[in-house]
Amino acid sequence: MKTTFILNISYLIGVLTFVFGLRLLGSPDTARKGNTLAALGMGFSVLVTLFIPITGAANNYVWIFAGLLIGGGIGWLTAIRVQMTAMPQLVSVLNGLGGACAALLAITELLPLYQGEIQMGTSQIGIGIFALLIGLVSFSGSLLAYGKLQGLVNDSQVQLPYHNILNLIMLIAVLVLSVLLTVSDPSTSILYVFLVITLIYGFSFVAPIGGADMPVVISLLNSLTGLSAAAAGFIYQSQLMIVGGILVGAAGTILTILMCNAMNRSLFNVIIGGFGSAGSAAGSDGTEGKTAKTITNNDLSILLYYSQSVVFVPGYGLAVAQAQKTVKELEDLLEKNGVDVKYAIHPVAGRMPGHMNVLLAEADVPYPKLLDLEEANDVLPNTDVVVVVGANDVVNPAAEDNPGSPIYGMPVLQVWNAKNIIVLKRSMSPGYAGIQNPLFFHEKTKMLFGDAKNSLSELTKEVKNL
Amino acid sequence: MENFMVAFNQNLFFIYLIIFTIILGFEVISKVPTILHTPLMSGANAISGVVLIGAIILIRTAEPTEYLRLSLGVLGIVLGTINIVGGFKVTDRMLEMFKKKAK
Repeated sequence: MKTTFILNISYLIGVLTFVFGLRLLGSPDTARKGNTLAALGMGFSVLVTLFIPITGAANNYVWIFAGLLIGGGIGWLTAIRVQMTAMPQLVSVLNGLGGACAALLAITELLPLYQGEIQMGTSQIGIGIFALLIGLVSFSGSLLAYGKLQGLVNDSQVQLPYHNILNLIMLIAVLVLSVLLTVSDPSTSILYVFLVITLIYGFSFVAPIGGADMPVVISLLNSLTGLSAAAAGFIYQSQLMIVGGILVGAAGTILTILMCNAMNRSLFNVIIGGFGSAGSAAGSDGTEGKTAKTITNNDLSILLYYSQSVVFVPGYGLAVAQAQKTVKELEDLLEKNGVDVKYAIHPVAGRMPGHMNVLLAEADVPYPKLLDLEEANDVLPNTDVVVVVGANDVVNPAAEDNPGSPIYGMPVLQVWNAKNIIVLKRSMSPGYAGIQNPLFFHEKTKMLFGDAKNSLSELTKEVKNL
Repeated sequence: MENFMVAFNQNLFFIYLIIFTIILGFEVISKVPTILHTPLMSGANAISGVVLIGAIILIRTAEPTEYLRLSLGVLGIVLGTINIVGGFKVTDRMLEMFKKKAK
């Protein structure tokens, strides 16, 4: 009685720290406290779970502490070593591990049932199978997402002909097997077939989703991991696991919806993939036969140094070139001369939600300088120079004026309203979505070709000499 | 239908819990601004490591000779702990960088 009470109270405290922790994450000023609060609540709940007396339990503490030490060590070292540019990869991996953990619990609890050693109620089996299914899909899907983000796997390498039909068949097979496993006589062989197909399905479901859609995939996998944790919570009748899991599921779902909205695409459309391929038929985009104008470092440095306001538009190219600190250096020099410098950040810039904000925060850019889509579009008409660094599709005017374009309708940064447009880019190749960008041929646009970091540091040198 | 109604009646508490948690989750999380989306995701990720609790219960209640259960459980503990420790630590590292004014 007393121990159950202590356990329940502790878990209640744990739940409250999760909720208030997430609430504090709502503002940059309190976010760090919120994270610490949730972490403390988690630590407290784990401690209570470890040491609360369970009658007749063997405890097996050696196994538990070995696992905690190994996992804690790996987690800590990874977290302090990871580069901010690699954050999408890390989040994918952590996501996958969470899913795998939930799946492991489900399979360990279900195995004795299918081996005929124990009996379970139908609803309990159903929940267990659900946790297993979602956990496994999230695990193998996250691994492939990691491979893609890390550049280990090329999008085209993992796509098969008729991929969407194949996926649909696999999904149906997985669902039929889940029902079979829940209602029919227990059999281990069906369970093993189910495990294999589900793992393959996880891979296959992420396979056709390409580069620019990664923020959606990561959010979606995040939400799946949360759901699997919640489902595993039902196996143990643990309110803490259920609430924690659902909160994570809600976070992932909201981010998924926001990312889809930011690209003006439905989730279904993202999942069936093929952003680039659909667009090539659009044909005339008004860029044929036109050449882009270029600008020299020297001219650009003068233009920037003597303007009143400059807005940088960072994209994934900035992360690839690790150029966030160089941008900041340039910002400092310009600010000394009284130039007002801001950053315009599109919700899907980068490879995960909020990726650019983290990179710029790492470079010590104060967060009030980071403008979101709406704020930026208000500011841009009064901006002297807008500098696009490694971004492409998020500044494409075709999204507003070319109904034939595959990104038509997507909310974009209206950089063409600024007085001068400078685009820093490696080459004239189209962006991840594979769509040509008329902005590069705009009358106000001048291009500066080269690696973002090299270009920016050259520019910084020129500005210093002024 | 009969079964469904019985299950509904029996699990009413959990049904309430799920519905209200979903509403609460959407309310709390939709207030998080765009600039904090990455830390939100990694922090939420760490919270999903709460499955560790289940893995601990699993091992504590296993017989010392049930090696399969113990091995799977330990693997679960390792994965869950990486998720929790890695997730909270990296979120903290990121949030530490969000400052209002540079010095």
